[in-house]
Amino acid sequence: MLTIVSIVFGLLLGVTLALGKVYGNKIISGICIGYIEIIRGTPLLVQLFILYFGLPSVGVSLSPINAALLGLSLNSGAYQAEYLRGSIQSIESGQMVAARSLGMNKIQSIKNIILPQALRISIPAWSNELIYLLKYTSIAYIIQVEELTAEGKFIAATTFRYLEIFAMIAIIYLLLTIVFTEIIDKVDKKFSIPGIGAAKGIRLRNA
Amino acid sequence: MHMLEVKDVHKSYGKLEVLKGISFTMDKGETKVIIGTSGTGKSTLLRCINQLDLPDKGEVWLEGEEIAGRSKSINRMRQKIGFVFQEFNLFNHLTALRNVSIGLEKVRGTEKEEARKRASEELKRVGLEEQAKQYPAQLSGGQKQRVGIARALTMDPVIILFDEPTSALDPELIGEVLEVMKGLAGKVSMLVVTHEMGFARNVADEIIFMENGVVVESGPPKQMFTNAKKERTREFLGKIATLYGEE
Repeated sequence: MLTIVSIVFGLLLGVTLALGKVYGNKIISGICIGYIEIIRGTPLLVQLFILYFGLPSVGVSLSPINAALLGLSLNSGAYQAEYLRGSIQSIESGQMVAARSLGMNKIQSIKNIILPQALRISIPAWSNELIYLLKYTSIAYIIQVEELTAEGKFIAATTFRYLEIFAMIAIIYLLLTIVFTEIIDKVDKKFSIPGIGAAKGIRLRNA
Repeated sequence: MHMLEVKDVHKSYGKLEVLKGISFTMDKGETKVIIGTSGTGKSTLLRCINQLDLPDKGEVWLEGEEIAGRSKSINRMRQKIGFVFQEFNLFNHLTALRNVSIGLEKVRGTEKEEARKRASEELKRVGLEEQAKQYPAQLSGGQKQRVGIARALTMDPVIILFDEPTSALDPELIGEVLEVMKGLAGKVSMLVVTHEMGFARNVADEIIFMENGVVVESGPPKQMFTNAKKERTREFLGKIATLYGEE
């Protein structure tokens, strides 16, 4: 749950930041770069502490779950922005030029031509982010979110069966990761287009 | 009033002055071919006409209206100017049909169905109705370029600019693209930068010879090939003729 919501908000934020960084004027681009660098340059744990323990001192108090959602989304957004920026910049400039030559304005060109390609190219990196995020949710237990790891720790503390319980938790994460990977693989295939992203059908093994 | 008027266009990149004051005019239905050695600003000139590159000085007028890159009207003006690229620049994520229809759909706001119907007519015109559902990566170079031409045609442009449309093609694929272009001559105004002398000789109403950012000489093909006024024009055309094995 935490993972899904965070990755979706992170994606929206990431798209905005990436577009701002690549196409924005100096000020917008500067703001986006600043945000991305600050988030990527500081530990997620510290970011969560600031949101949960720090914000109440300026009058904003968030429930543990909201703080975790916000923190993970803001964090993931910065990383996703960088994946997407890479994809956008890998698209040859002729695509934009051709769109403009048809009479599209800049926004139409980005929306109809650049983004659909960039998002497809980003899917593999994005799937990596999803898996990272899934496991990073375990950090949220520190700000008292009752997620998987927190529950495990609680049960372990009362039963003293640390090995079994944490091994169980590890297996649950592993299974979730496998399921997510499969889903993304399906998505990747569904949206794949000849000539965009990694060439499908080329198998170096067993060649 | 001429359909297209290019008036004293200058363009520099840093200290390098690529265009040093180009002027010429075109009328409806005319085909003009620009020739000249590489790096003399031919492509830059085309890009200055539809303001993909902004000229430093000079004006471009189409049907009595100035094309100004910084003005609000630029996207409306560009719809009237088709552009066919050396590297095709087809939209990689769209099928051949959608490549051709997207301009109508997104820029003109035409109904999807109507736009696609029109697009498939244009694909038929360039002999590619069977390839409508294929993606650019599945097409040959010649097919890609014909899609590029169809994409320009669907917008009903006043003029189409061709920037070395066959230079990136394998020799055996050049013919199919030139055939399509020949079929358009007289129906659509075309301004073509090319090294294809056969096309220039047989299809052009006028040949413009450019060198070092200026127009050296221009005239009807017959005059240019047999009776050029400037020594430099004769020399260039002589070299090209030897190179391409003509007469």
